[in-house]
Amino acid sequence: MMLQDQIKWNKRKSYLLLFLVPTILLGLIYVTGRIFVPTASPFLILALGSGISTLYVLFSYFKSDEMILSVVGAEPADQEKHKQLYDLMEGLTISSGMPMPKLYIQDQKQINAFATGRKPEKGVICVTTGALDKLEKDELEGVLAHELAHIQNQDILFMTVAVALIGVISIISELLLHSMFFGAGNDETPPWAIAIGFALAILAPISARLVQLAMSRKREYLADATGAEITRYPEGLASALEKISQQNEKMKVNKSVSHLYFSNPFKSRNWFSTHPPTEKRIERLRLM
Amino acid sequence: MVLEFVALGIAGIAAAMTIYYYNKIVKLENRVDNAWAQIDVQLKKRADLVPNLMETVEGYMEHEREIMDNVSESREKMMNASTQEEEIQAGNDMGQALKSLFAVAEDYPDLKASQNFSELQQELSSIENKIAYARQHYNDAIMTFNNAIETFPAVIFANIFNQTEKSQLEIETADKELPEVDFSSE
Repeated sequence: MMLQDQIKWNKRKSYLLLFLVPTILLGLIYVTGRIFVPTASPFLILALGSGISTLYVLFSYFKSDEMILSVVGAEPADQEKHKQLYDLMEGLTISSGMPMPKLYIQDQKQINAFATGRKPEKGVICVTTGALDKLEKDELEGVLAHELAHIQNQDILFMTVAVALIGVISIISELLLHSMFFGAGNDETPPWAIAIGFALAILAPISARLVQLAMSRKREYLADATGAEITRYPEGLASALEKISQQNEKMKVNKSVSHLYFSNPFKSRNWFSTHPPTEKRIERLRLM
Repeated sequence: MVLEFVALGIAGIAAAMTIYYYNKIVKLENRVDNAWAQIDVQLKKRADLVPNLMETVEGYMEHEREIMDNVSESREKMMNASTQEEEIQAGNDMGQALKSLFAVAEDYPDLKASQNFSELQQELSSIENKIAYARQHYNDAIMTFNNAIETFPAVIFANIFNQTEKSQLEIETADKELPEVDFSSE
């Protein structure tokens, strides 16, 4: 299967997820509407709510790449100084038939990397100085291929939208919960709306987040596989992951961008983790 | 009446399928052409570096005439190649010739110390890497094309449009690094 076909398949699966999370959001908006303005038409509430959410998602869709690069303090990589980085990247774009992404460098001792950009033509790949210093050529190439794979599989689009939607869900749930302490609703509010509203305010953000994280972990595996298909050398990436799991430096990153990184900066591993366990990833790569 | 509708329906479906498969085959063929262009670009880039390389090694490697001639000859062949096969052959020859040149260069410390030479060596090594990737991409594109025209029902349309299977390039076992051959007699 050529990667282009894989992207198609991947897109379809993402649509399913991007359908699930908005459904949760719409349910939340509907119930919130019934609690606070039970006399207003539910359709009006839904239209208004989804309109505002869409604006929020669009804003983060168009602005997220700039924001992320400035949050982590990444600088564009110099063509002359980082010739090897550019050479390796160019080779990978030839192999995968992708456009050349912009390259950035983040001053950070820990080995890591991330990709952003809402479509392949606007792809950005950022590596830490630690990755440049500590990884061998083949390992760095494996990491770059993994990041390029994220761009190719359109993971960034998907993650940006999912994270933005979950942001909206969290805000509404927060509001709902707080207002409940002060006795939400009025005389017209149906009692069921309060009960369901309370349950949703607690469950909606958690379930939406769990769905997103599950997909995020799947996509890490997929990016590993796609990356290995680009280099035809899974060992490069496997050995880079091994180095990463042995490093001691703690990474100082904003939690809001942790899902972007090549390997989990926080080393947690459970249902609330953005990445699958590193050993599992290495094992799968070595079996390819 | 019913028969006419059925006939019309069948004709419509046949027309739609023809258009669909025609476009699909054209797209995949363009992808193959584009993939070939990538190889071509890298081969030409490498060939362009050869005169510069020859000039650099000239003073040091007088005793290695044969190896130097091999490189120059492969470049000559590449420049005169009129078919894809010739170009690929010339490209393979050049790869081999450069490989032995760099292997022999290990014997010339002065040459190795020259900054010009080490820069060229690095540049050529990175182009070598890109050529390998370009070939891989080309073969992927050909495989997709072949799969597309050999599966049913596409195979029927491929026959109508006179499309036949394309052959892949032979991939040499991937050398990730330039070989470090040591001929010194220690």
